[in-house]
Amino acid sequence: MAWLLPRLSFSSRFLSLPIKLNRRQINVLWGNGSMSDIASGEEPKPSKWSMVGKDPYAMPIDKIDLSHPGIWRANEFLPFMERLRSEAPVHYCAESAVGPYWSVMKYKDIMEVDTSPHIYSSEPTIGIVDSFEEFTLPAFISMDPPKHDEQRRVVQDVVAPANLKNLEGLIRQRVCTILDGLPVDEEFDWVEHVSIELTTQMLATLFDFPFKDRSKLTFWSDAATAIPGGGVVSNQAERWEALQECFAYFIRLWNERVNEKPGNDLISMLAHGEATRDMPQEEYLGNIILLIVGGNDTTRNSITGGVLALNENPAEYDKLRAEPSLIRNMVSEIIRWQTPLAHMRRTALVDTELAGKQIKAGEKVVMWYASGNRDEESIERANEFLIDRANARQHLSFGFGLHRCMGNRLAEMQLSIVWEEIMKRFHKVEVVGEPERVYSSFVKGYMSLPVKLQPLE
Amino acid sequence: MVNILFIEHDGSEHSVEVSTGGSVMQAAVTNGVPGIDADCGGSCSCATCHVYIKEQWLAKVGELSPTEEAMLSLSTDRKDNSRLSCQIQVTEDLDGLVVTTPEFQF
Repeated sequence: MAWLLPRLSFSSRFLSLPIKLNRRQINVLWGNGSMSDIASGEEPKPSKWSMVGKDPYAMPIDKIDLSHPGIWRANEFLPFMERLRSEAPVHYCAESAVGPYWSVMKYKDIMEVDTSPHIYSSEPTIGIVDSFEEFTLPAFISMDPPKHDEQRRVVQDVVAPANLKNLEGLIRQRVCTILDGLPVDEEFDWVEHVSIELTTQMLATLFDFPFKDRSKLTFWSDAATAIPGGGVVSNQAERWEALQECFAYFIRLWNERVNEKPGNDLISMLAHGEATRDMPQEEYLGNIILLIVGGNDTTRNSITGGVLALNENPAEYDKLRAEPSLIRNMVSEIIRWQTPLAHMRRTALVDTELAGKQIKAGEKVVMWYASGNRDEESIERANEFLIDRANARQHLSFGFGLHRCMGNRLAEMQLSIVWEEIMKRFHKVEVVGEPERVYSSFVKGYMSLPVKLQPLE
Repeated sequence: MVNILFIEHDGSEHSVEVSTGGSVMQAAVTNGVPGIDADCGGSCSCATCHVYIKEQWLAKVGELSPTEEAMLSLSTDRKDNSRLSCQIQVTEDLDGLVVTTPEFQF
């Protein structure tokens, strides 16, 4: 009956504001802050590191650098990954805006890294930008066992299939409302009106976050991973401000929920769970950001990515119309094709060898999921979008091993429901203009996608 | 040949006959038995081939490796007789094996 007693000593820790995090902590939240201004603290300058416009086959292979966001925004990354996969599957980039790092390009090698946490640690960060240990917000994505396991166990039940069964009706209802409210035969931005709207509503539900404030979740999540100047926040000060607001809000919600009966929402689970109810403030906020970000742009970009993929592969769209029962399988293929998080980073704990290359303890090792998902040696016809492919679930987008995305079933469920309801309403979601891609080598997604709806006859 | 009986959460039964050499997971997947996802294709990396071994077979299916234990320990529906079916090799010893599949793979 402990929940009946207000945890005053814990709550009072949270009543202290302003939050004791400085700007550098915000900058390096996950180590995915702006690469160009980590050192200077200024606005990003035009970068000498960009590979945009370059031919990956006409340059020395050791100069290839996948880390810079330029080629990802410009949609020029595929041939760079292709060359490395074929000629340097474990590739050392000696100089970059994020320092030296290893790139792991092939499916099998990525699996090896992902499933060897005793060699390749998730600490101190899973982003390609190095964090400063004392300035990082801890979250279990960037922890190793045993601490990782303790924290993950507390939250994962909220997105376990048993709970998703309870949420399905609500999700479908929301999808229907959103789709029914869309303009027909008129151009609009799919990202804003569907992808963002839907995933934000989903997040608000998971947190039992006040529905009217849900757009804050999107903004805070985007601010957490954005590169200042890339369209979400103009500079680090703005980002810091956004995150301050986020932390204050979640601290307030914690203080409310810790004194209430344990609920089924994420905040209540953290506030009441054995392993998490006494966690330091920084850890709570780090886990909140993890859960917001994890559930936000990944699903969003898969929703958008599916529309684009079907438009670019009209024979597949025909297949879908003829056979809507393919939706479940198609969802896995969409997630593979989009690979919403292009990479995950590890740090070698010991000297080790991978595909014949010697990796030293302390070196940065980057698993390029976006490359592994196109590896024809592990995935048949990997560079084709095939909604009925066999073994569609064997893609790398959710990772593998202990850190495998715990939101994977929730993401699949949202995507399935979206497509089920789209197929009941529209003959085609037609892409009528160029997508604008996110400026990031981590978040692989879309800022906007102009579409027009063709109703069913 | 080895006979394996898969019983779904709702009681539906699927009996398969396979040769030795593959895993229990493969026996299910190649025979279209529902309830096992095997997202990682059998490399002990996803825990979506989770099954429950009928009591009398528990000793016969062998020990868990540390990797399997690590994956299973994170599983929401883990019980004492939980195994990852991709880690159980089909041998003649297992002729007549009975396993149940969970309601969900996660």
